[in-house]
Amino acid sequence: MNISSALFLLIGSFLCVSGGVGILRFPDFYTRMHAVGVTETLATAMILIGLMLQNPDGLVVLKLMIILLMTLFISPTASHALAQAAIHNDLMPELDKKEDNEKVKSSNP
Amino acid sequence: MLIAATIAILVVMIMAITRGIMGPTLYDRILAVNMFGTKTVLLISLLGFVMGRPEFLDIAIVYALINFISVIGVLRYSDSSIFKHSSQQKK
Amino acid sequence: MRHTIFLSLSLTAFWLLNSGHNTALMLSFGAISIAFVLYIAHRMDVVDHESQPLHLTLKLPGFYAWLIKEIILANFLVVKHIWLGNKTISPTMVTIKASQKTDIGKVIYANSITLTPGTVTVNLEGDQFMVHALLRESIEDLQAGEMDRRVTQLEN
Repeated sequence: MNISSALFLLIGSFLCVSGGVGILRFPDFYTRMHAVGVTETLATAMILIGLMLQNPDGLVVLKLMIILLMTLFISPTASHALAQAAIHNDLMPELDKKEDNEKVKSSNP
Repeated sequence: MLIAATIAILVVMIMAITRGIMGPTLYDRILAVNMFGTKTVLLISLLGFVMGRPEFLDIAIVYALINFISVIGVLRYSDSSIFKHSSQQKK
Repeated sequence: MRHTIFLSLSLTAFWLLNSGHNTALMLSFGAISIAFVLYIAHRMDVVDHESQPLHLTLKLPGFYAWLIKEIILANFLVVKHIWLGNKTISPTMVTIKASQKTDIGKVIYANSITLTPGTVTVNLEGDQFMVHALLRESIEDLQAGEMDRRVTQLEN
């Protein structure tokens, strides 16, 4: 077990757990979506890079790269589809108190 | 470290499924299931390395695709009435 | 035509990478599958410059390098606020204006916003993007327009 791989796996696990805490802790749907975004971008990348450093076999590294690219292309599409479905069905976000919400309400279809 | 990472992913999956059970809105549940699916992909890849069988990666690729299609498939029906967020529902 | 050739080449590479068998039977299965996928893609009318932006190939690496840096910074910012708790976040929803002309430029911009944790494109109408952000700072960064400028540079 080499050190760099262990380091990447450690950071990835920490980011993943942080995202998990975020999804339990944040107050509404839209903010939870950001917590999921953390686990789907950098945490996934870190863990997969950690695995790439484990095994210098070429084909395995290529497959890990395919998984990483797929995750990075899929996750924004899925989150955008989910957010759009939520806003079209009138699920309003809990906004910060200081912000005036008039603008958002008038531009909402 | 591989084992530790696997346990961390399992803990995160438990957290995601907790949010899925708690809700409170339908979208939280879909979000939680989506997250559970992507973490399953990671879990399968990690398990492949823990067991010394990198062939598991093929299954992980297929799982990533199925997970994406299932989320988009569910959202195709987002115009139907069960998706309407009623104001009586507690936020 | 060159989009069809590029698609079949990438599909062939993907098959060879994942199959790992070189017998005649498996290779012919591969050829049949690729032909079938090409037929479906043509029927769906998705084989064009939008599904395969070949004209962007040279400019993309620089943009990706910048985007990865932004993603890493945004990740640590969001993680910091997860552990600091709900008092420190300021969820904001604003409509911002995109300066891209083509559809593909808008899609790249919207996807880059969504891929960066802390900001999600919620709705997209014309050149108006409705963006939800976890922190007001991230919205201010977007309104400053560096990402917008870089994507616009990309499409020209």
